Amino acid sequence: MQNWFENKRFFWATMLAPTVWFLAFFVAPMALVWAYSFGENAGPVNIAITGTFGNYAKAFRPEIIQVLSDSVVLAFIATLICLVLAFPVAIAMTFADDKTKSWLLLLIMLPFWTNLLIRTYALIAMMRTEGFINFSFAFFHNIAVSLGFNLGDYVPMELLYNKSAIVIGLVYVHLPFMVLPLYAALDKLDRSLIEASLDLGAGHMTTMWKIVVPLALPGIAAGLVITFIPAMGAYLTPDLLGGPNDLMIATLIERQFKRANDWPFGSALSFILMYVTLIFFALRTFFEARGGKVSAH
Amino acid sequence: MAEIKLTPEETALFLKGNSRSRRAFMAAFGATAAAFSLAACSKGSAPAAKDGGKIVIEGSEKAPLKFYNWDTYIGETTLDDFKAASDVPVEMTLFASNDELFAKFRAGNPGYDVIMPSNEYVTRMAEAGMLQPLDHAKIPNMKNIAPEFLDPDFDKGRKFSMPYTWLVLGIGYRKSAMKDGVAPDSWKYVLDSDQYKGKISLLGESMDLFRLTFKYLGHSVNDYTPELLKQAEAILVKQKAFVKNFHDDNGQDLLLSKEVDIVIEYNGDIAQVKKEDDDLDFIIPKEGSLLNSDCMCIPKGAPSPNNAHAFINYILDAKVGAAISKTILYPTPNAAAKALMDDAYKNNPIIFPPADKLAKCEYGKFLGQEYAQSIESAMNRVRAAK
Repeated sequence: MQNWFENKRFFWATMLAPTVWFLAFFVAPMALVWAYSFGENAGPVNIAITGTFGNYAKAFRPEIIQVLSDSVVLAFIATLICLVLAFPVAIAMTFADDKTKSWLLLLIMLPFWTNLLIRTYALIAMMRTEGFINFSFAFFHNIAVSLGFNLGDYVPMELLYNKSAIVIGLVYVHLPFMVLPLYAALDKLDRSLIEASLDLGAGHMTTMWKIVVPLALPGIAAGLVITFIPAMGAYLTPDLLGGPNDLMIATLIERQFKRANDWPFGSALSFILMYVTLIFFALRTFFEARGGKVSAH
Repeated sequence: MAEIKLTPEETALFLKGNSRSRRAFMAAFGATAAAFSLAACSKGSAPAAKDGGKIVIEGSEKAPLKFYNWDTYIGETTLDDFKAASDVPVEMTLFASNDELFAKFRAGNPGYDVIMPSNEYVTRMAEAGMLQPLDHAKIPNMKNIAPEFLDPDFDKGRKFSMPYTWLVLGIGYRKSAMKDGVAPDSWKYVLDSDQYKGKISLLGESMDLFRLTFKYLGHSVNDYTPELLKQAEAILVKQKAFVKNFHDDNGQDLLLSKEVDIVIEYNGDIAQVKKEDDDLDFIIPKEGSLLNSDCMCIPKGAPSPNNAHAFINYILDAKVGAAISKTILYPTPNAAAKALMDDAYKNNPIIFPPADKLAKCEYGKFLGQEYAQSIESAMNRVRAAK
């Protein structure tokens, strides 16, 4: 700290680029969108910033509330499934030897190398009526029939174009977002605590619940937030995998900016999504602060 | 037939399955068609010969022409031929949807000379003051355009636009899946019936879907009253229970993979998949349908308006137009170009549906901002309804 004044020039030399970037390409556009959310359409291209709350009022129409709550529920279910699936993976990664660990990490990162669109279409190829899953089931079904079981004709499962398809898609896409923070938290965990717990007679499950999970809570919280937020704002997945009843908020926003050409309403919806996100961040901070106090006692 | 090789971009577009796909698909389709029509018409057919094969552009700006087009939507050598004939190079960039085009011009012309909006967007952009009137004296090849395309409602007297292609919505279906072999000749089968329950895919594009529902209810696609909108909304909410999904202009793909048996799609898309599976077919329902037409326009503030006029005139030339149609295989409004095409294209009943059916089809009009927004809200209610 005593070098602060001396280093000021160095500080600004390094900070200038990120600051300019942040202001020009993050703060300014967001401010613009925020301003639009209080505007009205004045002709096909002009938006008058009138300070109206009309756009936010529109968002309280029942169908919009429906879409918003559907988005929250679907994202929440997907996040919970991610947590259940990711925790054992993160544990396995933590306790694996270095070589296996790096392979596991690579496997987790691998999907990021492929475009989301391609991955979603791969899911469609798996799940559609004439997809690989139904093919496999039909195959075993026919074997069973040929062995004399009277099962009748195979009726393909309707896997696509419904809410479960969206949840499967969201879990598929967002699982790495859950694994990585969990792994980061568990990797820092003091192993001697686990050994102590086991030595002192606690079983593996008890050790897991009473020692590992509480210590990993910050990682779990980070994972929940970092998974839930993009899942709620997911655009491609619900659009491609969802059925006639499944509209999520991102698609709704996209339509306002494009087809409806109603930028003020689209901006308001975007910011509502942002406010919801902020609420979840606030909750996280709140729980962390509380958790901190508990451990301080 | 030889395997069609798609470029990575085309594959991506195909996978994305949105409005671009229809053009990417057609390009792939066109690639084979071009292959067997090459014998009839040698590659790089001669450009409009004027002044010894050269086009002299009066007052040419001597700058490259900036052309904003849909993907895979131009002849293979069209742009090079134009450069050879006129010494004006063409720089083409691509857009994926009319909404993208419109959004790009909201803050003024970013420097384009020729753009390609669809029918109602011509109106919308003209109303927003984004287009400049065309000087018909500089486009003598306008004479090649079929008369029915010369005075459309969306651009009376062709003040702002010249037609490039047209297409029509209808019902694509799997013949063997139709009950009693009856062709679905009414919108009823997709919009108001449980006969093909769970095997129906509707167009996700809200405006067009509502317009077709108006048509089914016996109205013009451009009839709009709040009562009619409410009625259409009720029909769609009811029908939703029998619908598999709202597709993103990839209905032909759903049909081909047997995910559904009956879809609302464009004629060109179904023509393409019919090549792969002859069990598919296309019909324009008896109530009539919705036409679309992509048009060349010159945006206001275009740096090279004289070159732009010359380019539009060049595209409307019979041979040039035919060469483009051979690649993209869309229905062409250019009568002189169509006359030069082979029978496989000219007599394809899906690409060129019967005239009596087309007579009942209409263009969608741009009826103002509020109209678009009320349709969008109605669609949201349809999608959110339980």
